[in-house]
Amino acid sequence: MPREESQTVLDVVTYVQRHLDASLAYRFACRVGMCGSCAMTVNGQSRWTCRTHVSRVADDGRLEIAPLHNLPVVRDLVTDMTEFFDKWAKARGRFTGTRSRHEDFERVPPAGRREEVDAGIECIGCGVCYSACDVVSWNPDYAGPAALNRAWTLVQDVRDAATIERLRAVAGDAGAHACHTHMSCTERCPKQISPTAGIAGLKRAIAMAALKGEL
Amino acid sequence: MNARLRNDFRARNHPAYWAFLVHRLSGLALALFLPVHFWALGQALQGAARLETFLRWTDSPLVKFAEWGLVVLLAAHLTGGLRLLALEFLPWRDWQKSLAAVAGGLALIAGLAFALAL
Amino acid sequence: MSARTQTFLWIGQRASAAVLALCVLVHLCTIIYAVRGGLSAAEILGRTRGNAAWLGFYSVFVFAVAVHVPIGLRSILAEWFGWQDESRDLVLWVLAAVLAMMGIRAVFGVFG
Repeated sequence: MPREESQTVLDVVTYVQRHLDASLAYRFACRVGMCGSCAMTVNGQSRWTCRTHVSRVADDGRLEIAPLHNLPVVRDLVTDMTEFFDKWAKARGRFTGTRSRHEDFERVPPAGRREEVDAGIECIGCGVCYSACDVVSWNPDYAGPAALNRAWTLVQDVRDAATIERLRAVAGDAGAHACHTHMSCTERCPKQISPTAGIAGLKRAIAMAALKGEL
Repeated sequence: MNARLRNDFRARNHPAYWAFLVHRLSGLALALFLPVHFWALGQALQGAARLETFLRWTDSPLVKFAEWGLVVLLAAHLTGGLRLLALEFLPWRDWQKSLAAVAGGLALIAGLAFALAL
Repeated sequence: MSARTQTFLWIGQRASAAVLALCVLVHLCTIIYAVRGGLSAAEILGRTRGNAAWLGFYSVFVFAVAVHVPIGLRSILAEWFGWQDESRDLVLWVLAAVLAMMGIRAVFGVFG
């Protein structure tokens, strides 16, 4: 394996596939940190491989590359991400607006709640947080950090009209309240999002709704 | 169903995870200790002499050391719990990352104070 | 158990935690004050017997503990011991009652 300057972990995997073992299965697309498809574990930690430099993660010159954790392995470095995305849907991760195309744009003030949305909106769905989260391992029904982060950005979106249904969908043992604030998601997120912060927001919002009898 | 890989030490080795582990293990230990604690104090129902007999048993160095451990665990669970309340109920700020260190420091101070008072 | 009930368990855990934070702080200070020069039954009972403020404080403490401990164990039993069906919750309700009774018995033991 030739060492090169600015070599990424994805470069290494690609080299293996092209020169050492053509049968190696792995997933990638954009190579610039936008698409979220190349996440794997490197020396035991979940990472986006296309923007992880070998020089930063090699331990004594060694790399151990494995598929993401907490997801069924299809082959080699490829995991089946079906449940990861199904949980987004279950957490009501789609926007529910009230306006039609015939109405004017809604003006959203950039301060306040929109800042909370902006803090979490850059998620690329790579699955690093889901892989890093121990609560997902312990509790297979748990929605996981990415789905809950998505739910939180919609709860904070002033244009969205399905807040109560969404809070119901992410309450309790399979939702926000299962989070133990390990912060592994926050620690590993390549986009520097803090799902832990969003999940804490959901815990409070759901608790308030429960106390008001709205849940 | 295909196998899934699980996190090991390398994935968990960061401050917030250690803080979680201390909080969980101290909580578990305190939960196991509580019934014993309640039982011991209940001895007083049979009179001061009965309680005194029990307290003399606790004078042994080994029990004293265990008591010190329990005080540290209680202090750690308290400070770790305050950390969690701050993380869950206060707006998210970067300084909250340092809370684990503050929590650990305060728990050690409580342990030291108890040891000095012994 | 419904997600709504689970949410109320979470609220109960945090509310009891807030109460306990204060109780434990007072308790720790009491411990460190009381152990100076060694513990004796006469010294402890001299402080507690007939002391209504003390009785009130420790009754609240015991009640908060009886709420806090079973909810905490609920997660541990599910996550580390794989016990998450209704039998677990039933056992934990019993545990809450036992803790409350043992605790109140202890409080009255040193009060009366």
